[in-house]
Amino acid sequence: MSEANFAFVATSEKPQLPPPQGTTGAVGWMRENLFSSPLNIILTLLSAYAVFSTVPGIFNWAFVNSVWNATSLDECRAMTQDGACWAVIRERYPQFLFGFYPSELYWRPILAFVLLGVALVPALWDGMPKRGAALMASMTFPFVAFWLIWGGFGLEPVSSTQLGGLLLTMIIGVSGISFSLPIGIILALSRSSNLPIVKSLAVMFIEFIRGVPLITLLFTAHVLLNYFLPKGVNFDIVLRVVIMVTLFASAYMAEVIRGGLAALPKGQYEAADALGLGYWQNMRLIILPQALKISIPGIVNTFIGLFKDTTLVLIIGLMDPLGLVAPTLADQRWNGIFVELYAFIAFMFFIFCFAMSRYSMYLERKLHTGHR
Amino acid sequence: MKKMILPIALGAAFAAASFSAASAGTLEDVKERGKLRCAVSTGLAGFSFTDENGQWQGFDVDYCRAVAAAVLGNPDAVEFSPATGKTRFTMLASGEVDILSRNTTWTFSRDADLKFTFLGISYFDGQGFMVKKSLGVSSAKELDGATVCIQTGTTTELNLSDYFAGQGMSYEPLPIETNTEGRANYLADACDVYTTDASGLAASRATFENADDHIVLPEIISKEPLGPLVRHGDEQWADIGRWVLNAMKIAEEKGITAANADEMAANSKDPEVKRLLGASGEMGASLGLDNDFALVAIKAVGNYGEVFERHLGTDTKVNLARGLNAMWTEGGLQYAPPFR
Ligand SMILES: N[C@@H](CCC(=O)N[C@@H](CS)C(=O)NCC(=O)O)C(=O)O
Repeated sequence: MSEANFAFVATSEKPQLPPPQGTTGAVGWMRENLFSSPLNIILTLLSAYAVFSTVPGIFNWAFVNSVWNATSLDECRAMTQDGACWAVIRERYPQFLFGFYPSELYWRPILAFVLLGVALVPALWDGMPKRGAALMASMTFPFVAFWLIWGGFGLEPVSSTQLGGLLLTMIIGVSGISFSLPIGIILALSRSSNLPIVKSLAVMFIEFIRGVPLITLLFTAHVLLNYFLPKGVNFDIVLRVVIMVTLFASAYMAEVIRGGLAALPKGQYEAADALGLGYWQNMRLIILPQALKISIPGIVNTFIGLFKDTTLVLIIGLMDPLGLVAPTLADQRWNGIFVELYAFIAFMFFIFCFAMSRYSMYLERKLHTGHR
Repeated sequence: MKKMILPIALGAAFAAASFSAASAGTLEDVKERGKLRCAVSTGLAGFSFTDENGQWQGFDVDYCRAVAAAVLGNPDAVEFSPATGKTRFTMLASGEVDILSRNTTWTFSRDADLKFTFLGISYFDGQGFMVKKSLGVSSAKELDGATVCIQTGTTTELNLSDYFAGQGMSYEPLPIETNTEGRANYLADACDVYTTDASGLAASRATFENADDHIVLPEIISKEPLGPLVRHGDEQWADIGRWVLNAMKIAEEKGITAANADEMAANSKDPEVKRLLGASGEMGASLGLDNDFALVAIKAVGNYGEVFERHLGTDTKVNLARGLNAMWTEGGLQYAPPFR
């Protein structure tokens, strides 16, 4: 008795029907993602309204009606009533990038920036051939950059009062970022150490710094240090600020990394001990790689926060991009313009912060090797 | 014993270094450096701003340039450091700058307590109030309970509390660090009133998009004689700064301008003009400068009136009348001691 004799059993496969109308293609996607429930429908409509009521206006302001060629705000206003006056950016962008750096020496900070990119390659790309040697070479970058930017030893010296704009932001941000990570690791290890003195020193430092706002530290850098140092001994203001910002970021970094250390199961520590590794080998080979991986979002958070916090230096009179808004605005020709300036600065910051967060996402995805 | 040598040697070297740094006069320091270091405000229309080439310009800035021209022969040999109301005095006291030219009011305590020497009065000012027209206020006496934006570390802060206490009114202060911050807060309605020196109000108002929506109230509640200042203890340096300022005023009185200075030096019959421009006498030498220091300074920036008109005058957006700052011969208060 073969199965084929039953009338209700199909003998051949039915041709596949296309999926029901409205579940595929654009319509389907919209149904599923935008209009799947009454709440979703309302939210979608509201968002659409928000987008349509703002984006065209901003687009017209920024691109369609904007003015690029003018020498004063009045000239701009004569040409357009509701467009951006990008002419001010066109005239002032060198200042916003380099501050008061002598224009014939712009190549020096530019070269330093390019070298920064080169120096970052071995740090960011772990598949690089000869990575160890390359990393060593990268270590010399801070000295080379210092020499290029401030001059001396054959290059024309440039004083710190001439630094400003994005250049100043990069100096403070990049040094803060690159020194706060190692210092933060050491602090985190000290804080979770068994040695009472080391531990309490780390705790004191971290809690002190975290208990004080960055603005206070900047004022300390600016005002108090001047009183403590003997008269006539001049300790560069940019250097003072870099040190303060680094200390500040290190304390936060330490806590982020301590979080990573605490998240590791105790078995990892015990297993490492059981292998007979010493403390440093233990940390370097087993604990830190895992702890740092867990901490990546927090670390990058701290980096981005630090980069943005650099704008606070304007309250002690340093001319970072935000600080430069004031003297630009005070020029008769540009009295009254500021949205354009802030928009441009926001754009510059966005580029750097967005790049950092993208890199961290890439890193997380790449290191995502289990535990879930 | 051997161990002690290094610390002692270091200590001695350090002491010698700081001793030599303290003993050399500011003039020698400036000449050796080849640059004058001058603190100005962080951006205030007319007083200090940057031009398209990234050069500082303005009323306060031009004074620094005049000093640099007098001392170093070059009005561009200046390193400007922007200073806020709070940081300016430490910058000067610590020696980070040689001279402070930043809308600073001459007061007793800044002179006697903070130990600064004021070099004269470059601008006679007074504190005023600015409000939005829409507030419907026409006198400062109607400001009871208002929120007031006020720059920290300034005389304005103290005058304000004196004034409101005197009038039996209350107010809510909103402390700010820089003029730009004040401007932003005021425009965003974070405060009802912005108060600072009247010149500063005019300067800020000039940077508003709709300046006509704002009025400066008629009351002036204080005297704010603004001028440049230096540290106590270097009389020669103070004299240089003082006489550069005076020279600019005398030049206006005598009709010497940037354009005609050379010609006046060569042809003038007026003995004071000749002394001032170095055509006769050894006046500059007694300050440790060249005899034509005033000529160089005036050629670089112009006389007092020229600087005023260029940056603050009625042809500019700041649009300030000379008022109290006219020469004494024209009904104002600007009056320089004789150059003899
Ligand atoms: N004259 C007063 C106030 C000086 C002051 O801070 N003025 C404001 C407004 S007029 C200013 O110069 N701001 C410029 C800046 O923020 O850098 C003082 O010496 O304390």
